[in-house]
Amino acid sequence: MHFPPIALSLAGSDAPLRWREISRPIPKIKCLSKTIFSLRVAPDPPGSEEGANDLKGCQVTVENVTKSFGAFQALKGVSFSVQKGEFFSLLGPSGCGKTTLLRLIAGFDDPTTGDIRLDGASVLPLPSNKRHVNTVFQSYALFPHLSVFENVAFPLRLKKKTKRSIHAAVDEYLAMVRLEEHRDKFPSQLSGGQKQRVAIARALINEPEALLLDEPLAALDAKLRQHMLIELDTIHDNVGITFIYVTHDQQEAISVSDRVAVMNEGAVLQIGTPREIYEKPADLFVARFIGETNILEGSVIRKNGSRAEATIPGVGTVAVESGKSIAQGNNLVFTIRPEKIALSREKADIAGDDMNCLQGVVEEIIYIGFLSKYFIRIGDTTLRVFRQHADHQLSGGRAITWHDPVYVGWHAGDAFVVEVRET
Amino acid sequence: MRKNIGALYAFPIGMWITLFFAVPITIIFIYSFLTKGLYGGVVARFSFEAYRELCNESLLRTALTTFYLATIATILTLVLALPAAYYIACSRYRNTLLLLVIIPFWTNFLIRIYAWIAILGNNGFLNSLLLRIGALHHYAHFLYNKYAVVIVLMYTYLPYAILPLYTAIEKFDFSLLEAARDLGAARTQAVVRVLLPNIKAGITTAVLFTFIPAFGQYAVPQLVGGRNSFMLGTVIARELTVTRNWPLSSAIAAALTIMTTLGVLVFMRLNRSAGETIRETA
Repeated sequence: MHFPPIALSLAGSDAPLRWREISRPIPKIKCLSKTIFSLRVAPDPPGSEEGANDLKGCQVTVENVTKSFGAFQALKGVSFSVQKGEFFSLLGPSGCGKTTLLRLIAGFDDPTTGDIRLDGASVLPLPSNKRHVNTVFQSYALFPHLSVFENVAFPLRLKKKTKRSIHAAVDEYLAMVRLEEHRDKFPSQLSGGQKQRVAIARALINEPEALLLDEPLAALDAKLRQHMLIELDTIHDNVGITFIYVTHDQQEAISVSDRVAVMNEGAVLQIGTPREIYEKPADLFVARFIGETNILEGSVIRKNGSRAEATIPGVGTVAVESGKSIAQGNNLVFTIRPEKIALSREKADIAGDDMNCLQGVVEEIIYIGFLSKYFIRIGDTTLRVFRQHADHQLSGGRAITWHDPVYVGWHAGDAFVVEVRET
Repeated sequence: MRKNIGALYAFPIGMWITLFFAVPITIIFIYSFLTKGLYGGVVARFSFEAYRELCNESLLRTALTTFYLATIATILTLVLALPAAYYIACSRYRNTLLLLVIIPFWTNFLIRIYAWIAILGNNGFLNSLLLRIGALHHYAHFLYNKYAVVIVLMYTYLPYAILPLYTAIEKFDFSLLEAARDLGAARTQAVVRVLLPNIKAGITTAVLFTFIPAFGQYAVPQLVGGRNSFMLGTVIARELTVTRNWPLSSAIAAALTIMTTLGVLVFMRLNRSAGETIRETA
């Protein structure tokens, strides 16, 4: 299941909003436009419109980092650079090395080879307490013997700040995560979402250059996860520092990140904006991992520029676009997203330039509320097609149902070649 | 009918404790208020004599010595037990190491004290070794003083301190230490501010398990202590078997019991209020 990458964010803020303006009743009409939540499709790249000069935080550079545990190589030469103020995600299945990488940046472990730099300066000689990064742990790691207030105050108490400045700062950060009335509770008395917010406030009160988040929402239920995700995005907009976010949930990653690095088996497979990752996956793994998709394989029978015609055994001949160089006789593996496939009982609904059109039979329909998943059998292949229910009306009033003969089709440009195999 | 079934299950142990703990203690308390018999034993006549004798200077000094030795032994035991328990909890060979901690229990306690006499004695292992390597020119008196008592007490109660500390540390979430380091704590700060408060229950148990038996210890000061390291346990035994003043030895025992109980209550109270202070400063 997949949604188009939509993030809820504060619109039209030329200067980043302070938390006070959010938590207080809106004082002036002028501010109203700033505080309206609006939908924006795919987050903007950093610095494009939200005042590039307000970007704080540091640049995090990871260079040729490897990490071995005995014979097991957890990271096999990872390199990337996270920009100041960027919301950067490390996305991959469990065991892909993303958490290991985060631990190296935080300083809990040392890389076997390679370098990690914050704003150009290597941090490898520094222990974790001397690095200007803070971590939000998956398990929250709140101190059970301290109250919410003392948990958040912990970093400041270490710095021996005055009582007054500690109280002021802790109150401010507790207000930011909306936990003022829970300040005297202990972690065991909090819900999962509240613990999560304490962990965030505690990690931010040190005013780190970068915030590292290790699967921070993994322990929350689905509803709360959506909610906290929006809250994280808002906090990121407010504090403006670099966020490095580790997750195995592709939806989380693509809905809040500026850029995503997809990892598997200790290597980075692709780095790009959520849209690039989703629509132009670099390889088969990325295509399969991000959202649901149909993977088809066929051999090239004719080639014309970037357009090729390929025969899929048992299905038919389709036109595909390819950014990769292909030759006649090559085997192509390409992906087509289920929501890009049109579905109708009338062939006329599908027809058009550049449209591939195939005939099949509805094998299975799964109703999931806001859309239905159709499984269409074409020869010995089953295609997944996601349609919203409004489409039913298009097909002459009668909804498509089990065992209906149907036509499916998609634009040649919507299929994307992820692998070329020479034969 | 149904809800009384729990009481039924508890009946055997309840009987056991009543017969072999509550009754003897009561007898001791009663004896301490009776008149001493001519050749030991007691005469059934109420008397406050035993408690009057209790207040003599030498007995009070012995009480102080007892408290002092037990306290020193407890602190040193804790200092040794903490790193050991930490190491065991983190080790891959924890089962083997725990077994090693428990092994001393396989041998009789008195035999182990005699082993210490063999080690610390004038012609003992330690003296021979130090003379051989030339660190000493004449043997040293390791035995029959306060130090020998403290060393053997520490040896005796170390396993009792390690086991509860191990249990507490084993349950401790080590990611909390990483979190503390991440938030700016140096290594020792992380241990003092995060590890120790979270294993407080283990520390309390270790202190009680060491201090209470050390306070009432009889065999150790008797065998390796000197004249200036008498402990109350020794005096009780002497009054019971040599002087045969049963009311006095009962009175000392009663006083020891009351002092220990009060001490434990105060200690647990302090412990709890320490927790509350943390809460209040928040």
